[in-house]
Amino acid sequence: MNTPNDLLYAKSHEWLRLEQGKGCVGITDHAQSALSDVVFVELPKAGRTVKAGEVVATVESVKAASDIYSPVEGTIVESNATLTSDPGLINREPYGQGWLFKINPAQPKTNGLLTATEYTATLPS
Amino acid sequence: MSVPVSESPLNSCHQALGARMIPFAGWNLPVEYSGLLSEHKATRQAAGLFDISHMGQIRATGQGALAALEVLLANDPAKLKDGEGHYTFLLNDHGGVIDDLFLYRLRPDDFLLVVNASRHAEDLALLSKQKSNVSFVGSPGSTAGMALQGPRAPAILSKLIQGDLSNPSIPQRNHISNYTIAGHLVLVGATGYTGEEGYEFFMERKAGPKIWGHILATGKSEGLLPCGLGARDSLRLEAGFPLNGQDLSPEITPVEAGLGFFVDLTRPRPFLGRTTVEAQKQSGAPRVCIGIQGAAGHPPPRHDYPVFRGDQRIGVITSGVPSPTLGHGIALALITAPAPPCGQDLEFEVRGRRVPAKVCHRKFLAKR
Repeated sequence: MNTPNDLLYAKSHEWLRLEQGKGCVGITDHAQSALSDVVFVELPKAGRTVKAGEVVATVESVKAASDIYSPVEGTIVESNATLTSDPGLINREPYGQGWLFKINPAQPKTNGLLTATEYTATLPS
Repeated sequence: MSVPVSESPLNSCHQALGARMIPFAGWNLPVEYSGLLSEHKATRQAAGLFDISHMGQIRATGQGALAALEVLLANDPAKLKDGEGHYTFLLNDHGGVIDDLFLYRLRPDDFLLVVNASRHAEDLALLSKQKSNVSFVGSPGSTAGMALQGPRAPAILSKLIQGDLSNPSIPQRNHISNYTIAGHLVLVGATGYTGEEGYEFFMERKAGPKIWGHILATGKSEGLLPCGLGARDSLRLEAGFPLNGQDLSPEITPVEAGLGFFVDLTRPRPFLGRTTVEAQKQSGAPRVCIGIQGAAGHPPPRHDYPVFRGDQRIGVITSGVPSPTLGHGIALALITAPAPPCGQDLEFEVRGRRVPAKVCHRKFLAKR
């Protein structure tokens, strides 16, 4: 499984990329593989304020619907509209074009998130 | 309560193929190999091979076997000839479904019941109460089973039995026959759970891995793929087939489930659950099973979502899936009778929000 070192991770399998104080969120390679082919996504609207750990999106494969939790508190800036017509991007590029939403974090600290090494250790071998 | 997990006799085959395994009805089984969508598509367009070793294989033998089955089962076992099978139910006193199963008559005093893994032990306990010149044998885990399904399945089976000169022809729909495949005696019944042509193979446990490998190798040039429980579920729902524990349960009768056809009331004698089913067939059941189709661009229907007509909650979705073949959601729902006509607008509730849907025929692929 691919787990890039420059990202932060939630135990619930979301990743967070922080660049100049702005956040971008998606699901990990492990998560997309476990879900298998994604066929539908429901994403948050820009402007919505969310708490860390709040359900903000849903990713559905043929098998099941899975809740996506915000890794940080903040305000949603943008959702990835491309996923509506091509949800399979989540499977093909989980850390790239398959991102879910961008968020303006309420505070610079990211409590409770894991490094790539720590996250990898939570996965079944 | 902790339930011991049974390993399939084909477990080593699944590991070698890199399958992702999940717990199912007390078993550890493959949910997918190459991916649910590719496996689903292979079964619709070529062929798929499924491990069904978790399904119970119970043999009813003895001079009293037919009489015992007549008392227990809802379809009339006396109508079967040697080598024939049919879909039937084991009902409770209230006409609810304990199990839905396939019954084959192998010989006049030898029947094979293929039952759901989740009900296997319960079925065996209930069947074994009949003691008059009949014995029921077949404990969980003692056998292996696999299903070969898809438009290329007949061609693959023809190749598999080429060397068996004693039985040169493949079985017709709902028939079963003995073959020697890869040196092992295998019962092959022409039925399945995908809506495609296909066969189910039944054999002793230790023959499983060899037969599995032999079928996969033989079918490779026909496009055969190993398929997991994920594709099995999306395929069966597209075909409108019920899943025990969701679309069928001890609280749901076959008439409510839209499967009253498989309860035979033309015979004179009583059988378990007859009174309720007979009354419902005559004057209607309080609930009916309908097909529902969702709309593209909306979340797909899923098990347990509430169903609404206007402001009125009329029932619940028992099985739902985004159909890989059709590209929109499909579902079976159990609602208050009477059934609305096909095309009527309904809604179901997803995560607190109402989503539009329409009533449709439950054989979702029929009008392809």
